[in-house]
Amino acid sequence: MMLPWKMSGQPAGPEHSPYAPVSIHDVTVAYHRKPVLWDVDLDLPEGKLVGVIGPNGAGKSTLIKAILGLVPTASGEVKFYGGTLRKHRALVGYVPQRESVDWDFPVSALDVVAMGLYRRIGWFRRIRRTHYEEATKALARVGMDSLALRQISQLSGGQQQRVFLARALAQDAQIYFMDEPLVGVDAATERVIIALLRELRNAGRTVVVVHHDLQSVAEYFDHVIMLNTRVVAAGPTAEVFTQDNLLKTYGGRLTLLDEAAHAVARTGQR
Amino acid sequence: MNWTLLDTWMLATGIFSALSCALLGNFLFVRRLSLMGDAISHAVLPGLAAAFLITGSRDSGPMLMGAVIAGVLTAVLTQGIAHAGKVEESTSMGIVFTTLFAVGLLLIVRAADRVDLDPSCVLYGSLELTPLDTIRIGGMTLPRAFLVNTSVFAVNAAIVWLLFKEFMIGAFDPMLAVTQGFRPRWMHQLLMALVALTAVACFETVGSILVVAMLIVPAATARLLSSRLPAMLGLSLAIAAGSAILGHLGALTIPRLFGFEDTTTSGMMAVAAGAMFFLALIFAPGSGVLAHARNQLSLRRRIENEDALAALYRRGEGMELATAELPSPRLLHRLERRGFAAESAGVWQLTPRGKEEAESVIHAHVLWERFLVDHANMRVDHAHQSSERLEHVTTPEMREVLAETVEKPVTPPSDGSILPPR
Repeated sequence: MMLPWKMSGQPAGPEHSPYAPVSIHDVTVAYHRKPVLWDVDLDLPEGKLVGVIGPNGAGKSTLIKAILGLVPTASGEVKFYGGTLRKHRALVGYVPQRESVDWDFPVSALDVVAMGLYRRIGWFRRIRRTHYEEATKALARVGMDSLALRQISQLSGGQQQRVFLARALAQDAQIYFMDEPLVGVDAATERVIIALLRELRNAGRTVVVVHHDLQSVAEYFDHVIMLNTRVVAAGPTAEVFTQDNLLKTYGGRLTLLDEAAHAVARTGQR
Repeated sequence: MNWTLLDTWMLATGIFSALSCALLGNFLFVRRLSLMGDAISHAVLPGLAAAFLITGSRDSGPMLMGAVIAGVLTAVLTQGIAHAGKVEESTSMGIVFTTLFAVGLLLIVRAADRVDLDPSCVLYGSLELTPLDTIRIGGMTLPRAFLVNTSVFAVNAAIVWLLFKEFMIGAFDPMLAVTQGFRPRWMHQLLMALVALTAVACFETVGSILVVAMLIVPAATARLLSSRLPAMLGLSLAIAAGSAILGHLGALTIPRLFGFEDTTTSGMMAVAAGAMFFLALIFAPGSGVLAHARNQLSLRRRIENEDALAALYRRGEGMELATAELPSPRLLHRLERRGFAAESAGVWQLTPRGKEEAESVIHAHVLWERFLVDHANMRVDHAHQSSERLEHVTTPEMREVLAETVEKPVTPPSDGSILPPR
């Protein structure tokens, strides 16, 4: 499969790495033997805003989780700047789906943002005042510093999402993976988040965003990955975000593959 | 009441049991796994039985080891079965701990002729007997149970102190924890091992009822009174210690009042903890039943006041009011006390302040009506009814958004309502 950015020869990033920030080699993921990601093989470009789109159940979240080692892969491997994730953890930031955590948990917005610093603080060490100051700065960047001490269940959905974004900023990563950061947020929050994503991109960071709203894809993303179990297309938005590819991604023809996947799952059962 | 040295030792031992359990209970509570404490305290039985069968003695060392292994096994099996069998974690927990408990019973029956197992001792413990079993350390004679319980608390406190943030991130956002290189699954299993260790150490002294009670109740009570984990930990420890003290005092005094003998201290401690929970449930500021009722009452008062103000305003503008719409004398006097209305020559009228308040309410009403009709596609008569309720809960922020959204000049969509000057 010919990928546009594989041919173009990306300029080296801030680390002057000869490798792509993330390269995914033939990754397959199966839940209970049913493949949800099938032989994904692509490189992520450095310093771009990358959208991951596809219908429900296409494996968008799974792709991110597979890259981050959060779900076991049936085959394949993922390299970060040519090395392992274990070696490059400090470079990776993650924003999970908002519903993935318990918002009744007894922590303040500031506590949640400080969690972005835990890796740097290290095992067994305590959170110091300077860490909280840093977390407050991150909250200020999403316009939430006035609500820093509020318990997180007292925040609106959009404010909760901003807290997650602030936590990612505090992580100060080189490559960000964000799972549906724009779902269920108000218009003001969406503007704040998009401005931040662009700021990160302009600072040379790679930002990968699972996205659901096709209307805004062309406006928001430099690159898109169009996913439906298989990677239907991946490349610069202007080139691959076409009617034809949309039909292939969201249209019916790939249901054949889905049926086959179910059949594969059944053969595995005794 | 007759306080002796025995009471001091009993109480000290009870307090440290309660503290150990309460500390760990917080982390079970925030993971919504409070019942895991119950499960593990049953599931340690086969570990104890196996340790006894293998070593042939009731030494603490092998017993604790067996319990820890059984505790971790419970956690691992619970997660494994939930995953493989696609069942709820609570279901899987139920399957695991009942099975392990049954296996433990079978093992004990197998060894029945060699072990003296007193069911009431397991249930209530034997706190009353603990001061009698002593060991000498460095010239001091200390009850063995006191030593065991303080050591277990020291271990728990040290581990929670060292790994506080690791436990917290593992419980709140395990996926983020994994991407940062922390090990939430190990953290969880360490927690389960500590719960098992604590449960077994405390069983002997205070019994399984108090272990389960102290794992669950102080943390749940503390959560009602605090919204940050460090504060919750501190409060839960205070509540646990408080329950132990009140429980022991209660056990000594309360039954006497009714002419009975002393009752068991550990049972009374669990009752004291439960009582504290109910007090917190009722009196907790903000989230308590009482605070909730007070909020409801003040909201109802405000609605009454605002409706009365609007009625007086409309009458002041020359509108006829039906008798039912006229505020009651009680309500009028309440408005008078707040400086919103005054009576002169038998006629009630709004003061300038009252007029301002009334205009604000009516303004909110009209804004909502327009918004509902123009932007939410609601019929005019329905919009009036909804606005009657919405006008009382309009915050300044909402009013601002409404004013921005609604077309100017703002006119009421229905005939007959009055638009105050703005």
